Amino acid sequence: MLAAHLDPLASSVFSLMAIASLLLAFVMLGSRWLNNYLYAFAAESWVIAALSASVGFYGHYPELYLIAILTVLFRGLLLPYLVWRIIRRLNVAREIHEILQPSSALVVGALGVVFSLAVAYRIGQSLGLAGTVAVLALTVMLSMKLIGFLMLAVRHEALSQILGLLVLENGIFLGAQILVPGMPLLIEIVILFDLLIVVACFGMLVQYLLAHVGSTSTLSLKRLVG
Amino acid sequence: MVGAYLLIMMLAPAVACGASFVIRSPRFGEQINLLASIVVFVTALPLTIWSGGGPYRFLNDYVVLDLPGAWVILCTAVVYGLASIYAVGYMRLLGEDHRLWAFYALFSGFALTILLSAIMNNAGLYWIAIELTTLVSTFLVGFERAPESIEAAWKYIILVSAGISLALLGTVLFYWSGSFVLGPTYPMTWDALRNAAPKMNAALVVLSYLLVLVGYGTKVGLAPMHSWLPDAHSESPAPISAMLSGALLNGAMLGIVRFLSIADAAQDGVLARTALVAFGVVSLLVGALFIVRQDGVKRLMAYSSVEHMGVLALGFGFGGPLGIAGALYHMLNHSLNKSLMFFGAGNVMRSFGSKQIADIRGVWARQPVHGALWLAGAAAITGAPPFGLFLSEIVILRAGFERGFGWAVYAMLVLLIVIFIGFLNHFRDMYFGGSADGGALASGTEHVALSRWCIAPMWLALVPVLVFGVWWPTDMWNHFMAVAHALTSAAP
Repeated sequence: MLAAHLDPLASSVFSLMAIASLLLAFVMLGSRWLNNYLYAFAAESWVIAALSASVGFYGHYPELYLIAILTVLFRGLLLPYLVWRIIRRLNVAREIHEILQPSSALVVGALGVVFSLAVAYRIGQSLGLAGTVAVLALTVMLSMKLIGFLMLAVRHEALSQILGLLVLENGIFLGAQILVPGMPLLIEIVILFDLLIVVACFGMLVQYLLAHVGSTSTLSLKRLVG
Repeated sequence: MVGAYLLIMMLAPAVACGASFVIRSPRFGEQINLLASIVVFVTALPLTIWSGGGPYRFLNDYVVLDLPGAWVILCTAVVYGLASIYAVGYMRLLGEDHRLWAFYALFSGFALTILLSAIMNNAGLYWIAIELTTLVSTFLVGFERAPESIEAAWKYIILVSAGISLALLGTVLFYWSGSFVLGPTYPMTWDALRNAAPKMNAALVVLSYLLVLVGYGTKVGLAPMHSWLPDAHSESPAPISAMLSGALLNGAMLGIVRFLSIADAAQDGVLARTALVAFGVVSLLVGALFIVRQDGVKRLMAYSSVEHMGVLALGFGFGGPLGIAGALYHMLNHSLNKSLMFFGAGNVMRSFGSKQIADIRGVWARQPVHGALWLAGAAAITGAPPFGLFLSEIVILRAGFERGFGWAVYAMLVLLIVIFIGFLNHFRDMYFGGSADGGALASGTEHVALSRWCIAPMWLALVPVLVFGVWWPTDMWNHFMAVAHALTSAAP
């Protein structure tokens, strides 16, 4: 277990990056403009890539450098570019229908973080890891999950939902770097590719939505009930 | 030998998928897809029988043919075969010949991804295979391009992707809990996880298992994560509805069963089982409520799938040899029977030109043979004797009493009776009910002749369901006992 015996510097570097990406998730949660989501998502991916590289450096996992490069390429550049293209084509700049005001969403998100901390703390204690970076990683992992679900639930623009899904996956990726840096390389690479396909599929579906439903707001998807 | 058969079984749909993409002819697409489905069925049968000879591992342990996986492969092969026959007749009725090549390419690709998920020996790769099934089938769900279909496709991909991202989180946490036992890097095979399970931290295993259960439960359609299912099943073309219901749901259930056996090995497993049983009861409840008050004929079938996945969850949740045997038997019977029901629903929809139960009247008078088949299927799917589902449900009920889940068994009994009445009441209306607007409705719809392609697979599905209802082969019972043994005891 890497997180259990780290030198203090490495531990604080990891913590800093984990918290930075959690903050970026809050930036996404509190923003109305689709472009801001996208920039925050791209920045978050870069932070995660930096985290991969530093875990690789301190934990002596050379293959994580490859993961870091691929993360930058796919999640930091290619995915944001694909989503940006969809945004430009659709001509939607901001979220119009909100169930929750961004400010209220921030409060709910903060409650989610508190809940995640409680779960992570309990797990950390039962594993004898209390006070290590593992608890923080688990907290950030679970809270980004909850924030992603919150974004899916309170946003109606199709693009916000795609970005919400990507936040869900970013949380897992971030936690996995710290908790299980030794996870087989093959799986991580395949999951990265997989995400690319997911976004491509979403792109096509958004086109269909526009062509056949006439709107990209999922509020207009209410024919099928009961 | 096993390896060669497995390779042929995987190559057949892959080749069909590629060839349809290249040649782009509707007739060629349906032929090669049908051929691929026959090859899959012919190879799946011996593979299922041989799977008792112990798990066969290939490609560095990344691929495995084991007993539970082989059973899911058999169910998938059956539905794929039936649906491919039916698709020939049904898809011609749609009048979209210019896009049919894409349909058949995606169709065989869809079958391939389900088969792949059943042989993945690595929890991470299994997750990827399940994610791929979603991506491929989304475009099949939206194939008709009506606003409703696109809506269903969108809900399907968003809900299921969000759901199975929880399963990925659970998988990562399982890997983490294994890393305390097996060291930081190890192959995440099912056996490795299960052998390490007794030494894993109990709290972490419970957390990971619950995440996985909710995640793959979304894909299985367990209530309350089922909300994508009625939309996707009712809006996709009928052969795809059958594949989604009869093949895909089993493929995702396999993941839950495998993780359950890991969680079981980690501790006494009461919490893990109770959680699955609770999801099963809630699914039955939701299925019952929505079946009683349902307007759409295909949505009726979709909620019946929610119900039957609930029954499967109960069977696997009760566990023990009896519960697992009942659940596996139920899986096969449900795959056969639900294909029959969706084929019938598709035929009726085409010939009455409506998806609404209220518009469908006098099925018997209009199509005697087809009507009789569909009605027999309806009796079978509600668990009436002498059909296979009656037997498997009885076995699951007995397993529940034996394993101390009395409350769940009583709930299951009451809900199954409610479903029986509600489901058949809709059929009474469709067959013998007088229409509210008299003869007006018959004139509004033109008569569509159903080809043999649309009727033959219904016979092929009904006959085995009937046979399995009166005769549970001893060899099959022994096979189930072997599966139960493989799921409950540690691997060498």
